[in-house]
Amino acid sequence: MEKLTQLTSPTTVLAIADVDTDQIIPARFLTTTTREGIGKALFADWRYDKQGNPIADFPLNQPGAGERSILVAGRNFGCGSSREHAPWALVDFGIRAVISSQIADIFRNNSLKNGLVPVVVNEDIHNWLLENPGAEVTVDVESTELRLPNGESVGFEIDRFARHCILEGIDQTGFLMQNVDAIGEFEANRAWQP
Amino acid sequence: MGGRSLFEKVWDDHVVVPETPDTPAVFYIDLHIIHEVTTPQAFNMLRENGLQVRRPDLVLATMDHSTPTVPVSDLGAGLDAVSDPEPAAQIRQMIENCEEFGIELHGFGSAQRGIVHVIGPEIGATQPGKTIVCGDSHSSTHGAFGAMGFGIGTSEVGHVLATQCLLQRKPKSMAVNITGKLQPGVAAKDIILALIGKIGVDGGTGHVIEYRGETIRELGMEQRMTICNMTIEAGARAGMIAPDDKTIEFLRGRPQAPQGADWDAAVERWLALASDPDASFDREVDLDVSELEPQVTYGTNPGMVVPISQAIPDDTGNISFRKAIDYMQVEPAQPMLGTKVDVVFVGSCTNSRMSDLRSVARILDQQKVADSVRMLIVPGSQAVKDKAEAEGLDRIFTAAGAEWREAGCSMCLGMNSDKLGKGELCVSTSNRNFEGRQGPGGRTVLASPETAAASAIAGVIADPRTLLQ
Repeated sequence: MEKLTQLTSPTTVLAIADVDTDQIIPARFLTTTTREGIGKALFADWRYDKQGNPIADFPLNQPGAGERSILVAGRNFGCGSSREHAPWALVDFGIRAVISSQIADIFRNNSLKNGLVPVVVNEDIHNWLLENPGAEVTVDVESTELRLPNGESVGFEIDRFARHCILEGIDQTGFLMQNVDAIGEFEANRAWQP
Repeated sequence: MGGRSLFEKVWDDHVVVPETPDTPAVFYIDLHIIHEVTTPQAFNMLRENGLQVRRPDLVLATMDHSTPTVPVSDLGAGLDAVSDPEPAAQIRQMIENCEEFGIELHGFGSAQRGIVHVIGPEIGATQPGKTIVCGDSHSSTHGAFGAMGFGIGTSEVGHVLATQCLLQRKPKSMAVNITGKLQPGVAAKDIILALIGKIGVDGGTGHVIEYRGETIRELGMEQRMTICNMTIEAGARAGMIAPDDKTIEFLRGRPQAPQGADWDAAVERWLALASDPDASFDREVDLDVSELEPQVTYGTNPGMVVPISQAIPDDTGNISFRKAIDYMQVEPAQPMLGTKVDVVFVGSCTNSRMSDLRSVARILDQQKVADSVRMLIVPGSQAVKDKAEAEGLDRIFTAAGAEWREAGCSMCLGMNSDKLGKGELCVSTSNRNFEGRQGPGGRTVLASPETAAASAIAGVIADPRTLLQ
C-alpha cells in the first residue's frame, strides 16, 4: 500500500447513518477474483440509475468528488459484511480517510490494512462536518490529529502498529512472518491440539 | 485477581505473543473456514510472496456464497448452464486454489458441503474453546459452542493461511442476561432481533458478547447458533455461550470431534470454560423475554424492528429513518402485519438447520402457500438436505407449493442466481435487510421461520401464533 503521512482535502459528505458494506459494494460485484477496477462498483446502487447513468445528486457524483480524498459519513459507517472489497472500492475511487462518530469494527480493521484511515470524532465535530460539505480538513496520521478549517485540531485514536504500517506503506504480513519461531513454539507446547 | 470470563479464558489460551502499546497480540487460530468469495485475492497474495499454507489441516474449505442452488451436473457446461460466468469462474478458481495449496475442499458432490457456518458444527470441527475465523462476518455463529468465532477480511485470510495467526487487540466484554420463558410461536430469532432493536446495530461495537441466563440454557444448540449468528448485526466482534450438557451431546460422535480418551479430556476442558462466578464484564444488558412477541423488521437494518402486533415508529424527522421507510414503501405509525408478501425465503446461516425446517414443516403441513407468493426453502447443508428428505419434510414443502433447493447461501445475499426482483417484498429468515441485499431494489423483512411460514400461507405478513391456537 502507498505511504500516507497526511492528507488535506475538501470533504465529501454522505449524511446517512449505518451505511453497510452491502451499499459500499453490493454482493453481485464480489464475484471478482482480483481487485482491479473495483472502484467502479463503489456505492453502485446509490450512484447509478437502472440504465447505469450517474445520479446527479449523489455526493460522489458531484463535481470535484473524484478529486476529494476524505469522506465524512453518518454514524456506524461500514457495518455488516466483512468484505474487504469495501475499503478496496473506496481506495480505488480515491478515498483515503473516512470520518464518522462510529466506525464498525471489521470495516475499520480492513481499512487499516489498505491505507484507508478511519477517523472517529465526537458528535459535535461530526455534526459540524456533516453540515459543511466541502470543508477543507487535514487528516494527519503522523500526529494523529484532524485539523478543521477554523484552525482547531482534535486528536483521533488509531492503533499504533497500524499507524506505523500506514506511515511506512508496509503490510502487516511481514510482521507476522517475523514471529514464525514463536508460533512454532506455541504449537509444539500447547496443552491440547486443535 | 478476579475470576475470568469465558471469553477471557479462550483469549488467554491463544496469545502467542502478548500485545504491547506498539504492537497487537499475535493470536492463534484453531480453525480457519474458507469459501470462494473472500479468498481468491488472499491466495494471490501467497503466490506473489512465495508463501505456503502453514496448517492446511486446520482449514475447512467449502463453496456456498456464489454457488447455484439447483443441481450442478458437472463443473464444465453443467455449471455454466445454471450460473452466471463470474461466479462460475470464482468457483473454479476456488477448486484450483485448494488443489495448489493442499487444502481439502468440500465441493460439489461432497456429502459435507454446505454453508460455512452450518457445516463447521455439523462435522464437529466447531468445538468449545477454539478460535474460529472465516472471511464472513457471521463467523460469530460458532460462539454458540463456547468458541470465539469472528469475521475477518481477505488480508487477514491471507495472514491466517500463511501463519495460522492474526494480529489482534483484546476486545471489551459484554454480558447479555436473558431471562423468562418463551411463549409458543416465539423463536430464538425473535430474541436476537429484539436484542438488536434494544441495543442498536452499533450497540456491541468493540465488544465480545456472552449470552447468559436461564433462557439461553433452555435453548437447543441450533437456537443458540441463531442467536450467536446475528451478534454481528449488533456490531459486536463475537457472541459466545458457555458449553454445557447440550453442547457436549451435540458434539458427541461427530466426525471431527475427539474420540475415546481424548473425548473425556476434551469434555473436562470444555466444561471448565464457563465464566467464573466472580468474572466481570465491561458492560451488562438484561433482556426479559417472557412477554416477547414474534419480531419483524420494517426498515433497512436489523435494528429497525418491531413486535408483530405493534405499529412501526414515526421518526420522519430523521433523514436515515425516512430514507429507510421510503425504500421499504412502508408507512410510519402503521403495523407491518397484513403487508402484502411476494417472496418467502427460508434459509441462510441464521435459520437453515433441521429444527428450523421442522418448524416450517409443522406450519405448512396440509396447507398451501398463497398463489401470489413464491416460497424458497434452502437447506443449510447437504447433510441437512439428506436428513430433511429422510424425514419427508421436502414432500410437505413441495406439496404446499414451495421450492426445495440444493444447499447454499441462496437468496440471503443476492450474489448467486437466487435474487429478488425490483420492489419485491420478501419475508426472510436470513440476517440482513439492507437495501438491495437480496437483489437490487428488493425489500427484505427479517423474521423467524415460524413467521415466514405463516406469512407464506397468508400471502401477507402474519403472526404464527394465530396458527397454533
